[in-house]
Amino acid sequence: MTAISSDFSSAPVLPKWTAPVLLLAFAYGVVPLIGSSYLFEAILLPFLALSLAGVGLNILTGYAGQVSLGSAAFMAAGAFAAYNFNLRVEGLPLIGSIVLAGLVAAAIGIVFGLPSLRLKGFYLAVSTLAAQFFVQWALTKFSWFSNDSASGVIDAPRLSIAGYALDGAVGRYLFALTIVAVLTFLAYRLVSSQTGRNFIAIRDNETAARIIGIPVLKTKLLAFAISSFIIGVAGVIWAFAYLRTVEPDGFDLDRSFQILFIIIIGGLASIRGAFFGAALIVVFPLALSRLGGFLLGDLFDSGVLDMSQRIVLGALIILFLILEPDGLVALWDRIRRRLLFAWRST
Amino acid sequence: MPLPSYALGVMEASVYAPEVLARGLPSALPPAQPSEGRAGLAAQAAPLLSLQGIGLSFGGVVALADIDLSVLSGEIRAIIGPNGAGKSSLINVISGVYRPDRGHVLLDGIRHAHVPTQRLAHLGVARTFQNLALFKGLSVLDNVASGLAFKVRSNFAGQVLGIGRSRGEQRDTLSRADQILEFLDLSPVRDRLVGTLPYGLQKRVELARALVAEPRLLLLDEPMAGMTASEKGEMAGFVRAARDRFATTVVLIEHDVGVVMGLSDRIAVLDYGRKIADATPDEVRNDQRVIDAYLGVASDNEDGAGI
Ligand SMILES: Nc1ncnc2c1ncn2[C@@H]1O[C@H](COP(=O)(O)OP(=O)(O)OP(=O)(O)O)[C@@H](O)[C@H]1O
Ligand SMILES: [Mg+2]
Repeated sequence: MTAISSDFSSAPVLPKWTAPVLLLAFAYGVVPLIGSSYLFEAILLPFLALSLAGVGLNILTGYAGQVSLGSAAFMAAGAFAAYNFNLRVEGLPLIGSIVLAGLVAAAIGIVFGLPSLRLKGFYLAVSTLAAQFFVQWALTKFSWFSNDSASGVIDAPRLSIAGYALDGAVGRYLFALTIVAVLTFLAYRLVSSQTGRNFIAIRDNETAARIIGIPVLKTKLLAFAISSFIIGVAGVIWAFAYLRTVEPDGFDLDRSFQILFIIIIGGLASIRGAFFGAALIVVFPLALSRLGGFLLGDLFDSGVLDMSQRIVLGALIILFLILEPDGLVALWDRIRRRLLFAWRST
Repeated sequence: MPLPSYALGVMEASVYAPEVLARGLPSALPPAQPSEGRAGLAAQAAPLLSLQGIGLSFGGVVALADIDLSVLSGEIRAIIGPNGAGKSSLINVISGVYRPDRGHVLLDGIRHAHVPTQRLAHLGVARTFQNLALFKGLSVLDNVASGLAFKVRSNFAGQVLGIGRSRGEQRDTLSRADQILEFLDLSPVRDRLVGTLPYGLQKRVELARALVAEPRLLLLDEPMAGMTASEKGEMAGFVRAARDRFATTVVLIEHDVGVVMGLSDRIAVLDYGRKIADATPDEVRNDQRVIDAYLGVASDNEDGAGI
């Protein structure tokens, strides 16, 4: 689990914000004009929500080294908290509901992060399952959380910011994009700050970190809190901008694993990695179903699709763990370097 | 991986003369025990560190048995002994990694049954580890900067937004880290991931991480293990220079008896968890028990060639 060093002496000296700024300009300026509603609804919205969840989990697992299988629980906590703040607090703007929802998820994250003070690795991962089961159970059991709807289903409120409605696919895309961009920028600042260095120090050598005076317990809980905040907000995007109608069962253990796979495939301890991983996880099933339908026709029904998806994904994860433990990001950097090198030597 | 030419054995320890040491080093030293001066005066003052009746065992293995040890301010205090003698255990007790079964540690006149590891840096104690304990995912600079983490007072929100005291702190941390890197001749590898450096340089980064805190007591567990002779000479020069520059008291574990004899003021010899000698290098060299237990064995291998 080492961070990726992206410095390469012969790379052209563009400021490092060039690529993100160009991407953002494209995402804001071009995509809304050319995108189809399928692109937004089936690809970009889940991609943005899962990327943000991946960024959140990467802070905890990739940087601070604390393995968690509770991500879906924090997404659910965020989604249901935002729903209730929006429903029950008169006059609270949408942004207020989202921030408060993030804080609720952070508080739950701290509580379920307490075992990390004693447990490590596999044992910690198992203990975070408690969050997964508890939150899902509580949301199903107490119908108050879903305003007494049947089986805990909630409908997202209309999205609007400063009176400007964002209900269409493009509006929801811009809403999600903005939140993801802001939180990703802050996450990037965090991991390159002293606190981010402390996360990595605790991950790489906890005893040495304690000896040089890093407040280990506080820092671990902080990692849980920040990570859960971000994942909670990702849950709000998932529920409000992407699906619009969610139930607690949509945030099950499968979802937690999905987010863990995103950061493993994309690259641990890399902010970009979460986006690479989420892109693969979102696009891959769509591509597989197209390919399967093309090759096998009607034989390739949803049952076969589901099964083949799991098999291929499982194989992919094993391959990555063995061949490219630093994930798609490392692969990408290597390819880019090769291309640059080839380009320069011609 | 290409090794920069400066890296190994180019500079001799003697290069670290006053010109080098005087330039650009952190100015504000925490006053080393205000009532005491440096080594010369220290003899009649209370020791900076003393261990009293330390006992430690693991299951049936007695790692330390009734150890007394005093370390005076400003001295380089070596601990030697054969493998498994309990040297590392002793440093682990001093730094609170182990809790002794018996006895206590007096640090700066304060008595600890178990030294509080989490407060160690605040107590002015820093250490290195026998097996490298660097943060592999961080650059050399960030590893060294992490040695100042205990001083950070800004919170994460201030750091993320770049407001409040965080900016000044960050600048201060990096400039101190840079000064130490320069002092230990590590500036050229400043931005490398620490795991990509050769072993000898990693050992030196660990020394830098400990030194950047400007500790009053520096515990070094085999800082020269696995080094070539010229690297050892360099490292010995750095240890001495660090003591002279920062008025740091050093506790040093080292197997190379030649290096130890030349570097230390007093030497304690451990064998099977017991202290069998504690004296100046010359006295230790001629002590029959030490020769039987350790030096006699050591002279079989080239490490002991200095004797
Ligand atoms: N954490 C531990 N658990 C069990 N036994 C230990 C532990 N630490 C040390 N010991 C035992 O205590 C004894 C002293 O070990 P220690 O590491 O202090 O020796 P040392 O003098 O540093 O040896 P070396 O020169 O090989 O580093 C050894 O017998 C060792 O096996
Ligand atoms: Mg040892």
